[in-house]
Amino acid sequence: MSGHPSTYEPKYAASKWLDKRLPIIRMGADFMTYPSPRNLNYWWTFGGILSLCLVAQIITGIILAMHYVPHVDMAFDSVQRIKRDVPFGWLIQPMHAVGASMFFLAVYTHMFRGLYYGSYKAPREMVWIFGCVIYLLMMATGFLGYTLPWGQMSFWGATVITGFFGAIPIVGESLQQWLLGGFAVDNPTLNRFFALHYLLPFVIAAVVGLHVWAMHHAGQNNPIGVEPKSKEDTLSFHPYYTVKDGFAVVVFLLIFAFFVFYQPDALGHADNYIKADPMATPPHIVPEWYFLPFYAILRAVPDKLMGILLMVGAIAVLFILPWLDTSKVRSMRFRPVTRLWFILFVIACFILGWHGALSPDQPVMGVKSVWWSRAATLYYFAFFLVILPVMGLIEKPKELPESITKSVLGEAS
Amino acid sequence: MKMTFKKTVIGAAAILAAAFGGISIASAAGGGDSHYEMKHVHWHFDGPRGTYDRAAMQRGYQVYREVCSSCHQLEHVAFRHLGDKGGPFYNEHYKNPNDNPLVKALAADWTVEDIDIDTGDVIDRKAIPADMFPPVYANASAAAASNNGKAPPDLSVMVSARTGGADYVYNVLTSYDKNDNMMNMMMNSQVAMANPLSEGLVEYEDGTEATVEQMAKDVTEFLAWTSDPKMEARKSLGLATMLYLLVLSILMWFAYKSVWRNVKH
Repeated sequence: MSGHPSTYEPKYAASKWLDKRLPIIRMGADFMTYPSPRNLNYWWTFGGILSLCLVAQIITGIILAMHYVPHVDMAFDSVQRIKRDVPFGWLIQPMHAVGASMFFLAVYTHMFRGLYYGSYKAPREMVWIFGCVIYLLMMATGFLGYTLPWGQMSFWGATVITGFFGAIPIVGESLQQWLLGGFAVDNPTLNRFFALHYLLPFVIAAVVGLHVWAMHHAGQNNPIGVEPKSKEDTLSFHPYYTVKDGFAVVVFLLIFAFFVFYQPDALGHADNYIKADPMATPPHIVPEWYFLPFYAILRAVPDKLMGILLMVGAIAVLFILPWLDTSKVRSMRFRPVTRLWFILFVIACFILGWHGALSPDQPVMGVKSVWWSRAATLYYFAFFLVILPVMGLIEKPKELPESITKSVLGEAS
Repeated sequence: MKMTFKKTVIGAAAILAAAFGGISIASAAGGGDSHYEMKHVHWHFDGPRGTYDRAAMQRGYQVYREVCSSCHQLEHVAFRHLGDKGGPFYNEHYKNPNDNPLVKALAADWTVEDIDIDTGDVIDRKAIPADMFPPVYANASAAAASNNGKAPPDLSVMVSARTGGADYVYNVLTSYDKNDNMMNMMMNSQVAMANPLSEGLVEYEDGTEATVEQMAKDVTEFLAWTSDPKMEARKSLGLATMLYLLVLSILMWFAYKSVWRNVKH
């Protein structure tokens, strides 16, 4: 799996026996001794952090599923019961809810890192594409999970999102009814959302396996984007990166714990403490914060179908990114002009997130919010479809260091 | 190069902070175009080590019992919760709140519907600590019909269900127009609930003067507890967890430095 010569030597009779039949210990040992570039910085610790997030969500989620009741009349009450009467339910429930936010925080950091350092370029296209699949599955899982507490935002968020399918020409309406199991979001919807919310994390875990496999096969990228050339350029994953990842994980857990214990509701919406009422539409329906950029893109155009196509396109464009960026140089460190465009891209994403939470008519610095969203949407697509393809052709990159070791020693002196 | 990327991230974080600032301004302005200014109360439960004020919660329970409960239910609360650790009537001699005589007495003050197991008849009986707070109306339509067309909402998670939390509830209760008891200044509109509080409406057992502000503050303290009854346990475990992680992060930092001591990177 790891694509490097194995150094594992079974020591005991039993491990020798097993190694001939199923080299599973060898696989683990090779994983731990995997040669990683010696110059990986803290942005590279998010892979480990994300694995932890997935495991934490699955464990807390399974416990919650033992106490949760997926029925429109009882779902909201059962969540309250978990928080009040289930032993340590008051801890497990916010861990799961906050955990979703922390998961997305980590995945966005991970993705921006991949973009900045060109981790999607050959030979790592499959790593990137599996990453995009994981992200899509995470969005689906996050959305399905937010429906389960059956608060006002759960219900109306589900109504809005499933309404997207109704905008598809000809088959839209029947497709929407098929997905919902009825004419509106109701008990059949909640039941299937619960079933799928329980299923998808395991699909994510499987795709994570492929993601890591592809990464180990192609080798890790690194901050200068120059492939390791000698043994000197790499370090064994353990103990060097286990200890570095370990430190980063603990710092991440500090932030996680702060929210769980002191601000468990800060990342959610107060309306979700109101039981779902199909007869009362909230004045502003907003999705969870991690969907806000896409919500802003959706609302940037007046036509519903166009908005949905743009939103889908905003994710679809990520899948073809390895073929859009024409530059052979991976790291933005050596692309001084594109680097500035990248910084603007990050700002555009934040602007989209900000305006996704506002009402489109609300003026911000004298300009209606929707125009901020439009400008940022335009830039979002321009970055992928124009800037990256063109800059790769016209930009003269800085000279690349000869090797990782040279660059490390050079920087140090 | 590395440094500039860090600066970029800090800049991005600043934008994010500005964005959140923008949202809170937006929600503060969302109430309408009145010039009502939210009164911010210094709550006993504010801050990372804040706890509920037991005396205020007990007075707040009295206000709920004598005033609010004629229309509003506490759907998710059982009488035994009142005697839970962190609750208003916790007594350390009764780890099981069902045995707490005060909780038993408070429950017995309420009537709940039950089925007579011998005859199958619907009967009324005195509540016991294991019972949930009973519903006020037979159904939502009956509740709406008796209250100007709007069913009185459940209060057990009210403090969590409003942006502004405890301050919101306090301001609703203290901002009725003096000349129009259906006009709420904070909401800047006519509301379905007539001004529920008036000077001296309840007589506090501990001798506290029952001003409108005092009753509003006390009942909000009680409702903050019903919304988040495990807050004290959560905050105290939080402190231990954060300290543990802080020490662990320092140890991990030194472990990292030690493992990497001979490696330039």
